[in-house]
Amino acid sequence: MIKFLLNGVIRDKSRSRLPIIVVSVGVMLTVFLHAYITGFMGDALEMNAKFNYGHVKIMTNAYAENIELNPIDLAIIDVEDFLEKLNARYPHIKWSQRIQFGGLVDAPDEYGETKAQGPAFGLGLDILSPNSQEIDRLNLANSLVRGSLPANSGEILISELFSRKLQVNPGDDVTLIGSSMNGSMVMYNFTIAGTLSFGVDIMDKGSIIVDIEDVKIALDMNDAVSEIIGFLPDGYYNHKNALSIQDDFNSKCNNINDEFAPVMLTLGDQGGMGAYIELSQYWSWYITFVFIIAMSLVLWNAGLLGALRRYGEVGIRLAMGETKGHVYTSMIVESVIIGIIGSVFGTFLGLFFAFILQEYGLNIEGMMEGASVMFPNTINARITTMDFYIGFIPGVISTVIGTMLAGIGIYKRQTARLFKELEA
Amino acid sequence: MEIIQIKKLTKRFPMGKGEFTALKEIDLTFTKGEFAGLIGPSGSGKTTLLNIVGSLDVPTEGEVLVLGKSIGNLNQKDAAQLRKESLGFIFQSYNLLQVHTVYENVEFPLLLLKKSASERRKMVMDALEWVGLTDKEKSKPPQLSGGECQRVAVARAMVKKPSVVLADEPTANLDAKNSHNILKTMLNLNRELNTTFIFATHDEKVISYLRRKIFLLDGQVEKDVIVENPKS
Ligand SMILES: Nc1ncnc2c1ncn2[C@@H]1O[C@H](COP(=O)(O)OP(=O)(O)OP(=O)(O)O)[C@@H](O)[C@H]1O
Ligand SMILES: [Mg+2]
Repeated sequence: MIKFLLNGVIRDKSRSRLPIIVVSVGVMLTVFLHAYITGFMGDALEMNAKFNYGHVKIMTNAYAENIELNPIDLAIIDVEDFLEKLNARYPHIKWSQRIQFGGLVDAPDEYGETKAQGPAFGLGLDILSPNSQEIDRLNLANSLVRGSLPANSGEILISELFSRKLQVNPGDDVTLIGSSMNGSMVMYNFTIAGTLSFGVDIMDKGSIIVDIEDVKIALDMNDAVSEIIGFLPDGYYNHKNALSIQDDFNSKCNNINDEFAPVMLTLGDQGGMGAYIELSQYWSWYITFVFIIAMSLVLWNAGLLGALRRYGEVGIRLAMGETKGHVYTSMIVESVIIGIIGSVFGTFLGLFFAFILQEYGLNIEGMMEGASVMFPNTINARITTMDFYIGFIPGVISTVIGTMLAGIGIYKRQTARLFKELEA
Repeated sequence: MEIIQIKKLTKRFPMGKGEFTALKEIDLTFTKGEFAGLIGPSGSGKTTLLNIVGSLDVPTEGEVLVLGKSIGNLNQKDAAQLRKESLGFIFQSYNLLQVHTVYENVEFPLLLLKKSASERRKMVMDALEWVGLTDKEKSKPPQLSGGECQRVAVARAMVKKPSVVLADEPTANLDAKNSHNILKTMLNLNRELNTTFIFATHDEKVISYLRRKIFLLDGQVEKDVIVENPKS
């Protein structure tokens, strides 16, 4: 029977062509949009992870409570030792030390008097060690506007915009005025190695990037860092994996009674990223749902025309002793076949276009000017396993719904009437 | 053996505000192996009567028993069961499934009866042989002549060896030669398999082959005659 239906679907082009085209187009758009949004939202997520949150972040309990203030006096101590243990326990995760700090950057004139001054957001990370991953992670080399990356201790990077404001150039010295780990005021001289533009507003306004070891020296943080961030192996955030690592870590290492005990937060726990992650998950179902409705409506109408044309066939099959229910069911089976064929085509096409967008990207620099959330300058689709099956959901459901609605006519009409239409 | 009994059958259709009486108190009996025809002008109720006997429609009043089953009391499923196992239909416009081959068209009733593949193969080839179309099993209806199409329809109706075949104007779209051809085929099957044939027709060619002529006029039986020396 299935073979009989399959033959009908394959041979009767007018029965299958339109639905297959409709399903293919709908599924293609579903898959493409899904990959696009995954890519877009994922990129934004990764960007935030790279600059600030990590996929997971370890800090002390006390630091976690005041995290928005970046209180360096609540840093993790004995870091070298701690990192060694971390690497042993979670060897697949890439750990990096970070210190976020605030301060005033002072640019002197040739007489040593203040020429210009401005508040700075400082980010300490590993630039100078030979196997640093951070330069790649933050794409520092490509973000360079003038000068070069720091090669020696005491050299820093400063955002291009900030350098203009302070009227400083690569090679110039600046002084960081801030407070040390134990609260005393510090003044520390740096040489500007280069200027950066990330294309991200909040990073470009007034940031300085300093090698982690220099920050430790400048702020008297001996073997201490405020944050250790970790990145999952494949480079993309996965909330489930992050949660299980967090569970494992916190159950082993955290002690809520000790304010200096280390605690792990996931990306989702920080800075409203949780809502964003949730949104990015709902999105795909939302698109799927919209396409189910839209395609069902189109297929219902297409199915009505098709069903009218097929009253003759229905009549003859009833005459040969099929029940209406059986004819109706077999039309639904047919629609499942059509839905699957269309979904295969559509998924293939959708993946193809998504792949192009994944590989080449779409430059949206300029559209994002002034955005306070970190958004990347290019949109890249990202193909995930879900893209291989998500299209089948609207593809098959919509053909089935369309056929079910269109086929109601079979039940409504009296059997003998179907024959009248067949004689005509 | 009486396989169809029609007692005081009346069929009314709703029409506008009132009703239209298509069949009025029909009493008829058919026995196994008959080769009978309902004859009458257009609108006399031939198709309506055939549809009711074929369980495609139900009586308004009276009773119709087909193989002991009362048509008016059958539910949709039982009616389908009766058609599937015991009734064959032949229509004026052949009504073949256009995208399926001759073989598949004839095979379809056997699929519904859940016959095994080897059984189906044998039965379909037998049926195609009865109608002389063994060489066309792979053709599709659009590639066949009208006469060939109707022969496929006959094979399809006969393949499961039903007790009764109902044929509504089977020759209306055929020329004289093909009409005689198909009628001879049906007559042969009637003799060999003892299948009951009931026609609805006003075609003289068909009428000349009938063993029993039932004349309908305005929904009533006008005459019911057994033919003494029919054409063969
Ligand atoms: N479903 C229906 N609703 C209303 N009237 C109907 C219906 N079916 C048949 N009729 C009427 O019943 C009468 C008999 O119709 P029927 O189709 O049985 O005639 P017929 O003898 O087969 O005619 P023909 O030779 O033209 O096929 C006709 O007047 C027809 O209009
Ligand atoms: Mg008729």
